[in-house]
Amino acid sequence: MRRSFLLVLPIAVLIALAVLLARGLQSDPRKLDSVLIGKPAPHIVLPTLDGRQFDSEKLVGQVWLLNVFASWCSACVIEHPQLVQLAEQARLPMVGLAYKDKTPDTAAWLKEHGNPYAQVALDSDGRTGINYGVYGVPETFVIDAQGIVRVRHAGPIDATFFAQQVAPLLAKAATP
Amino acid sequence: MNPTPEQLERLQQLSTELRCLVCQNQSIAESNAGLAVDLRQQALEQIQAGKSDAAIRSYMVERYGEFILYKPAYSGTNAVLWGGPFLLLVLVAVVIVRGWRRRQREQSQTEVSGTAAAADLLRQAQLEERYQREREK
Repeated sequence: MRRSFLLVLPIAVLIALAVLLARGLQSDPRKLDSVLIGKPAPHIVLPTLDGRQFDSEKLVGQVWLLNVFASWCSACVIEHPQLVQLAEQARLPMVGLAYKDKTPDTAAWLKEHGNPYAQVALDSDGRTGINYGVYGVPETFVIDAQGIVRVRHAGPIDATFFAQQVAPLLAKAATP
Repeated sequence: MNPTPEQLERLQQLSTELRCLVCQNQSIAESNAGLAVDLRQQALEQIQAGKSDAAIRSYMVERYGEFILYKPAYSGTNAVLWGGPFLLLVLVAVVIVRGWRRRQREQSQTEVSGTAAAADLLRQAQLEERYQREREK
């Protein structure tokens, strides 16, 4: 009994290790959990593209979406049609954060690809990006009515993003 | 305000401990990715503002998570990471010592039984000798 246990043990350990390492190989090291989930969204006060000021506190009380983009970001072009489509449905306020971009470039890019944003905040030095833990563009955050970050998506969003991540939050916000 | 050499020294030390999130196998000291440059700038400003290294580290962790630290903090979830190798060492030591002791015990047992057998033989020989002598009388 003891002997056979000792014989099986190394094999069991080997298999466990193999499973662990195989999982490590499959997981994407670029997908990091945001530490912001469940925490208050960092306050944003920034100039906007149309020369006004964006203040994130004015959005408290509604679910809103923050999309970090830039004209120099090639993956942003991939996700942009999704955002334009979302804006057409007008389900929630969408704010664009132009991350480390030159203002004329941002304006030209939005002209070319369409502007789905209610407001475009200009984070030209990337400080707001740092506060949100942005490490790549595009990134998308959804902030609930209490100002808490509920969703963080690094990389381009796809067609399932709204239905899977945002719609449940809107439904929850609608039921008192 | 230009940084003093001491401040630059601290920045250099601190930057080697922080992972560049864009190029994950480099520290922000080595990397010239945009974000790494920005984070170095942030760290330098905070050093100049008189913040401690610990405060700057926690500023980074609050935003990017513990992944940004090359040297993970001593915390509950990281206990396995820090303690695991030592635990393994102790475990292996216990197994080796136990195996060694058992072998010793088995060896001494055969010695004991060997002595007992010899004693038996001796006793038998003595008995036989006595029997022979009794008969000769």
